[in-house]
Amino acid sequence: MPPTPEPPAAVRLENVRRAFRSGKRMITALEGITASAAQGAVTGLIGPDGAGKTTLMRLVAGLLRADAGQIEVLGTDVGREPLAVQARLGYMPQHFGLYEDLTVEENLNLYADLQGVPRSARQERYAQLLHMTGLGPFTARMAGRLSGGMKQKLGLACTLVQPPELLLLDEPTVGVDPVSRRELWEIIGHLTREAHVTVLFSTAYLDEAERCDAVLLIHDGRLLGSGPPGAFTAEMSGRSFYATSGLGRRRLQARLAAAPGVIDAVIQGSHVRVVTAEAHVPDPAALVAEATDLALTPTPPRFEDSFVARLRTRPLPPQSAAVRTPEASASESQRAQSHSGNGVSPEPVIIVHHLTRRFGAFIAVNDVTFSVGRGEIFGLLGANGAGKSTTFRMLCGLLPPSEGELRVSGFDLRTAAATARSRIGYMAQKFSLYSDLSVRQNLRFFSSAYRLEGARQSARIDWAIGEFDLAPMLESSARDLPLGFKQRLALACALMHEPNILFLDEPTSGVDPLARREFWQRINALAESGVTVLVTTHFMEETEYCDRLVIMAQGRVLTEGTPEAIKGAAHRPDRPDPTMEDAFIAVIEAASAKAVA
Amino acid sequence: MRRQILALILKELLAVLRDPRSRMVLIGPPLIQLLVFGYAATFDLNHVPIAIYDQDHSQASRDLVARFAGSPTFTVKDVLDNDRRMNALIDSRQVQTVLVIDRRFTRDLLTHQAAPVQVILDGRNSNTALLIEGYVNSIVSGFALGWAQEHGARAPPATLDIRARYNATLSSRWFIVPGIVALLTEVETLLVVGLSVAREREMGTFDQLLVTPLRPIDILIGKGLPGLIIGAAEASVVIATAVLWFQVPLRGGLIALYLGLAFFILAITGIGLAISSLVATQQQALLGAFLFLVPSVILSGFATPIANMPGWVQALTLVNPMRYFLVIVRGVFLEGAGLASVASQLWPMALIGAATLAAAGWLFRKRVT
Repeated sequence: MPPTPEPPAAVRLENVRRAFRSGKRMITALEGITASAAQGAVTGLIGPDGAGKTTLMRLVAGLLRADAGQIEVLGTDVGREPLAVQARLGYMPQHFGLYEDLTVEENLNLYADLQGVPRSARQERYAQLLHMTGLGPFTARMAGRLSGGMKQKLGLACTLVQPPELLLLDEPTVGVDPVSRRELWEIIGHLTREAHVTVLFSTAYLDEAERCDAVLLIHDGRLLGSGPPGAFTAEMSGRSFYATSGLGRRRLQARLAAAPGVIDAVIQGSHVRVVTAEAHVPDPAALVAEATDLALTPTPPRFEDSFVARLRTRPLPPQSAAVRTPEASASESQRAQSHSGNGVSPEPVIIVHHLTRRFGAFIAVNDVTFSVGRGEIFGLLGANGAGKSTTFRMLCGLLPPSEGELRVSGFDLRTAAATARSRIGYMAQKFSLYSDLSVRQNLRFFSSAYRLEGARQSARIDWAIGEFDLAPMLESSARDLPLGFKQRLALACALMHEPNILFLDEPTSGVDPLARREFWQRINALAESGVTVLVTTHFMEETEYCDRLVIMAQGRVLTEGTPEAIKGAAHRPDRPDPTMEDAFIAVIEAASAKAVA
Repeated sequence: MRRQILALILKELLAVLRDPRSRMVLIGPPLIQLLVFGYAATFDLNHVPIAIYDQDHSQASRDLVARFAGSPTFTVKDVLDNDRRMNALIDSRQVQTVLVIDRRFTRDLLTHQAAPVQVILDGRNSNTALLIEGYVNSIVSGFALGWAQEHGARAPPATLDIRARYNATLSSRWFIVPGIVALLTEVETLLVVGLSVAREREMGTFDQLLVTPLRPIDILIGKGLPGLIIGAAEASVVIATAVLWFQVPLRGGLIALYLGLAFFILAITGIGLAISSLVATQQQALLGAFLFLVPSVILSGFATPIANMPGWVQALTLVNPMRYFLVIVRGVFLEGAGLASVASQLWPMALIGAATLAAAGWLFRKRVT
């Protein structure tokens, strides 16, 4: 969509290119970006991790120089006069430099000093900012003792001490709890409406697109599309459906994903959400031969649909295009008996009973109880600091509990013999691999660590290379892999020894939607074959793949159930089809209401 | 079981060698340090700037001055004809010593009286001042002996005849370069081992290791042995340089030397792993390593003899592995010590190694992040 001539653009990018050197390779972070951001509007810079969002932000802020192209910010050429532009904009980087040992007020003072805000103007400005961010009651609190959401709000307040004309926000909502996220968006809305600030907002959460006035969708350093979010969804109207069948949602999803004319099929609650290539209702019978009872109900399109559609129509490098059918991978663990659909066997594999973990006076995990059956995908959903990672680490035997019991396939992994650990697979946050080792060396090392030897080891390494399409990158250092490959390699390493239980810590945060689908396709197939999967996530969408989940906040389990049931509980007349985020917020509000009462 | 540990060791070595930065750290700085220390760290004095204030202006006084001018130890920087600038020259560090020859020098010599020569020293560095005093002393007594023979005077009643065993020329390089073997081995091993666990913690791969069937003891061995391999390789390069480049005699057997080295690296590895298991980041590990390194070098006898230290400090040195290895390395190099004479130094290092390794193994599992 061509940029409209009015309103005037606050940011104008003309064929911008920027590359970085990483070791011996040149990495093109941005290529041929031509776009603009309108004055007084919120422009969302949307794309997965590694798409080039931060580079673009830094180019606009004049902190980097473009290799080619023109960048005009507030009517000034940034490349030529970065200081003139910087005086008029506020930039909040991803890891904002709050001083944790200073109080809220001292942090504000510091940034006021840095930005040369006159003392006489400060009190009035602080009052506005504290009111807007709701930090008024906490001015004397150390910044380090604030919650994740409050820290982000304080960072925003510090950025706004000197009222900017253009505000650059680099992923301010990542890992923040949904309530604070909503509040951050209210603050941003307030800024544009009342103070007429232009906002450039980057995020990897696709559902935030709908909150922006305009969207720049970037992927792999290229602009995939731009325009108001409505235009993106409008292209997709009449192409999305809910599919239901007695086949079981995971099988149905797998069949639909491979069906002709279908560009996307994801599990959503008890049904499968399908996006078609053409805007007409497909013939159910032609889609999946086995599912004779297949029913399709139209549903409104989402922003993500158009992203997926654009990625699918784009010519892809061959190695990342293929998503295998689950049959190929299901055969890999024949020892596990097959399950029917969502059927969860009664005997629990993971038992957590009144689990508590304290760090000094701080209670990170507070009396948590749940159990996970065999072949189940179980989610721990919560914001950063909710206690899910601590719970996860205790389950893996990395941390002793203060109180309570836990059992993973009958063992406490902390005290059990080393052999008990050979039943579990573990994929750490941020895909921790040995970055100096090549892909092959990583595979070899992890398979040896899991006691694979000889022919079986070679067979499993070959399996991993084939299954995860690692052949083209085999000799590259893990450090140089694109994010999607890193994720695949991490999963391959975790599956080398064919574990019965798989622990996944934030498995798909920040990866693009196709990589995420591919990943969950594999996980679904594993669960089908009887592998028990425990996932932690702060990604609301990821919970749709779970059979059951718990929502955690401040170390406690607030609710437990299937995604359907949890969403259903948030049903209100004015909210007939609540999202997981709505449900999350409803649960948190109910919990704090109870705490007050 | 052995294959798993082998895989760990291989991984560890690959991680160090494939990373150009850590490759640099292993090869560059030690070689530079070895050469710089080998040349710079010496107790021998050369070209000490002195000023002469000769009030006598006689044949005898010129003779004495010529002995100073001709010595490699001294360089005559200035010749004074009054005492006004004397102190200023020392204050401004233009010279370190002023030699004052009295007006009555020749007269006293000829009348067989004691002929005083005054030496003014810069006492700010007491160690250097003492050394200079020694050199001046030997030149002046050489002169006195020569004068006595030429003029038929009575020779001094007793003279010293010095012969040094092990280091005939008393070259301090022979003392210091073997010490550098110990110093560099300690620094490199501590850094390689100390940072390796911290780096894995930072990257998140350490958790990944802990959830594999590898036992803490396996991880300990898998982390410790690469340190032993790298430390031994590092030490071999330093030993070779000491012998081939600095020409320090290696009189003893290699078996005694390498056995001592193995125990020494074991102890250092234990300390490195213990530091590593206490910290969360590489930065903290680096800090921890240096908190250990500096006192360990000072309390090792590397530069100053342990026997000179007060009793309670001497007691402290007992837990310092470098103290024992220095005895071995100097013993093997200069004394030609064999296995039998180094044995008494081995067991304290073994004890330190065992204690620190056990502590590290316990902390691996225990530590809460």
